[in-house]
Amino acid sequence: MKNLEKYFDPKSPFAALRVAQMKRAWKQSNRRQLTWWENTYLPMLISGIYLTSKHFFYNLTFHILHLFGIAKKTKGAVTYQYPEQPRPLSSRLRTRHRLTKREDGSPRCVACMMCETVCPARCIEITAAEHPDPNIEKYPAEFILDLGKCVYCGFCVEVCPEDAIRMDTGRLDIAEYSREDMIYDKKRLMED
Amino acid sequence: MNDILIKFILSAGTLFIMFNIAGLLTWVERKQSAVMQDRIGANRASIFGFKAMGLFHAIADLLKMLSKEEFVPEGANKFLFNLAPYLSVIFALVGFAAIPIGGALVLNNHVIELQAANLNIALIFIFAMMSMGVYGVVLAGFSSNNNYAFLGGMRGAAQMIAYEITMGAAIMGVIMVFNTIDLQVLDRAQGAYLLGGWLPKWGVFVQPLSFFLFLTAATAETKRVPFDLPEGESEIIGYFVEYSGMKFGMFFLADLVETVLVAALMTTLFFGGWQVPYLHPDGFYFPWGAHAALSNLPVVILGVLSFFIKVAFFIWLLMAVRWTLPRFRYDQLMNLGWKILLPASLINIAITAVVITILG
Repeated sequence: MKNLEKYFDPKSPFAALRVAQMKRAWKQSNRRQLTWWENTYLPMLISGIYLTSKHFFYNLTFHILHLFGIAKKTKGAVTYQYPEQPRPLSSRLRTRHRLTKREDGSPRCVACMMCETVCPARCIEITAAEHPDPNIEKYPAEFILDLGKCVYCGFCVEVCPEDAIRMDTGRLDIAEYSREDMIYDKKRLMED
Repeated sequence: MNDILIKFILSAGTLFIMFNIAGLLTWVERKQSAVMQDRIGANRASIFGFKAMGLFHAIADLLKMLSKEEFVPEGANKFLFNLAPYLSVIFALVGFAAIPIGGALVLNNHVIELQAANLNIALIFIFAMMSMGVYGVVLAGFSSNNNYAFLGGMRGAAQMIAYEITMGAAIMGVIMVFNTIDLQVLDRAQGAYLLGGWLPKWGVFVQPLSFFLFLTAATAETKRVPFDLPEGESEIIGYFVEYSGMKFGMFFLADLVETVLVAALMTTLFFGGWQVPYLHPDGFYFPWGAHAALSNLPVVILGVLSFFIKVAFFIWLLMAVRWTLPRFRYDQLMNLGWKILLPASLINIAITAVVITILG
């Protein structure tokens, strides 16, 4: 931090100001001049190589052991091999919706329109029809959920009086080639 | 006729091995960096379901490169633009001709030195070829009609000048100790022993400072991190910014070939080349008195194996350095080259000269 002045045009009115500023910044940032030994880069080089090599040989040992089927529990990498090996999800995570079923396989939904009403994204569209059982009154003739619009707020699940819609499939990889394919109907929602 | 055939087999074999090692390095680099960083690395390419630990990625990359468009920018010097990648690769590959990969093999009373070209100026030849390699970089930057490429080429030239001198000065110590620039003779000379026969007289034991200087300068010579200023992919992309397809691939390959060349050179100069500790031409003579006689062929095979194991180690080291350190700033690079490495190498020469004179 010496001879800072030489880096600035002495004629410039801001030079003195800038130098003072830099000196103050240097002081505040708690930095210091490197010693000669540190300037050779060797200590940091060696400690850096030591750190990366430690990881390298540790991981390599376990990768090789895994080839022989030993020590499978200790992982050689912190990554998940995603499509084959999904990450563990929290049970309260809101994932893709599903319609729960009654014992006879029909949807639990009674088409009360609560979810359709509460939905802030307006992605649910229910067509109600009369259920033959007078105790149930209504059932959804069609239950359309546009995942392209859904914001995954979970209001529909909270508001449902019949526990008919849940967001616990654990599906996150919702990708389709067209917007139309993002629109899920009753059949697709009841698949799992 | 026989001599020509032998030379042909030797040079073809050397080229084949070195080229394949360099090609394999694309895979090694990805895998080693992955294992270092707690990842798995490339493992998706498969042929009929066989993944072979991602080895097919090298082939997949090659096919991808070959099937891409060859683009020549407007205003580029077409001839030089097309010439540059070939210069880069060829000069890196030609250097291997003078590297001895093994000792003397005796076949039907023929003595075959396992070295593609038995040059008595091998070291100068390799250094000449390595410095010619920079022409590829400079021409690529110069002919692309792109300011960033030009900047990369200029950086490459400046860096090459700064570190070439250190590299030359660093090996002076070794040349003075062993008194030769013929690499085969140099390797043979490293078969002597120090400390009453316990320590092999390898370059690294007689010239440790020289070794570290050479290691640094040679890493800079390969233009890889932490000395990848000519490339500098986060700031100027580099001298090959305008190249596409296999021509870019050739620059990429040239870097890896140079890595192998530098590893082989370090092995030859400082780690005894094909020397195995305590292995003499007629078998093992251990310093504690044990002796195991071996015929010529196993000795030569052990030597070649030892050479490639050492080369593999140095490639590992260069890769480890490449994936550990960040890039130097340009002024740091020049300071390191001119103010630290060059004086240190000159001091090393002076000390070596004094010691050699005193010891007679």
